[in-house]
Amino acid sequence: MSFLRRNAAALLLLLVAVSFLVIGVYREETELVFRKAIQICMECIGLG
Amino acid sequence: MVKKIRKHLRTIVQICVAALTNGYAAGFAKGNIYKGASKMVCVPGLNCYSCPGALGSCPIGSFQAVITSRDHAFSFYVVGFLILFGALLGRFVCGWLCPFGLVQDLLHKIPFPKKWKKLPGDRVLRWLKYVILVGFVLVLPLTVLDVVGQGQPWFCKYICPSGTLFGGIPLITANPALQSALSWLFTWKFALLLVLLLLSVVVYRPFCRYLCPLGAIYSVFNPVALYRYTVDHDSCTACGACQKVCPMDIPVHQTPNSLECIRCGKCRDACPHAAIHTATALQRKKNR
Repeated sequence: MSFLRRNAAALLLLLVAVSFLVIGVYREETELVFRKAIQICMECIGLG
Repeated sequence: MVKKIRKHLRTIVQICVAALTNGYAAGFAKGNIYKGASKMVCVPGLNCYSCPGALGSCPIGSFQAVITSRDHAFSFYVVGFLILFGALLGRFVCGWLCPFGLVQDLLHKIPFPKKWKKLPGDRVLRWLKYVILVGFVLVLPLTVLDVVGQGQPWFCKYICPSGTLFGGIPLITANPALQSALSWLFTWKFALLLVLLLLSVVVYRPFCRYLCPLGAIYSVFNPVALYRYTVDHDSCTACGACQKVCPMDIPVHQTPNSLECIRCGKCRDACPHAAIHTATALQRKKNR
């Protein structure tokens, strides 16, 4: 069985992953992630 | 020398990855966090972005940050990362790339009179991480809203021990302004962290087995990921050596891609018939 057939599910998922990443960048979700990540997350460190 | 490195390869990789993804040393000294552009990128493991050294973002925290914003109820970007890591590696991430997994592994090396293979009620407890994923990462952040219509990151706020250990403790220790904000929440999270760390000495990886929503996500990719195991049934005699040595107590010869497998590789090293392979390695062997 060829590599493509044996790993069809994984390769399809990778295609979906890349599509989602592109859609996410287009929707400017990277900005949301970045804005949250560069401030101390008070909830995460247990200060509410 | 090569044999020694092979024996400890996984620990070496875990330490290197933890150091690389948390390499902002100045953060620990200043009691602050890194604010560079790499924070837009999700790392594969449970690595709090409020760790002073963190150079990337936690996927679970990032997911909750996007869905609790007023702009989006779903994050294509973070889910894209999760599918990418999952489809490539499955729970290899848990076994080799997660800093909190490393902490639990190191604690489990501490000698203890009687180590347990699993907690009582293991079969039921294993499903708790899926409940936490759906409840604390998806439903509660989306449905319990404040006066301005924003949700909270319920998992990060009430459960995540990685945030407490790598973010809370170093920041609060180095930053007097944060110390004045301590309350019952920190006490709760610290107590939960302590229980998990102590339990890790007795039981292998209790957080990964029973509570981690990220492990829950990656687990569903185990059967299909590019990095997965297969058993050569021409060589396998079902002797059970794989299960005996498996720290997650998996009958690998029956379920090589169990949702609980973190790809530590101990089964492959222990198999007396060399019957457990990665999927690509077995195909290469058969093609010869």
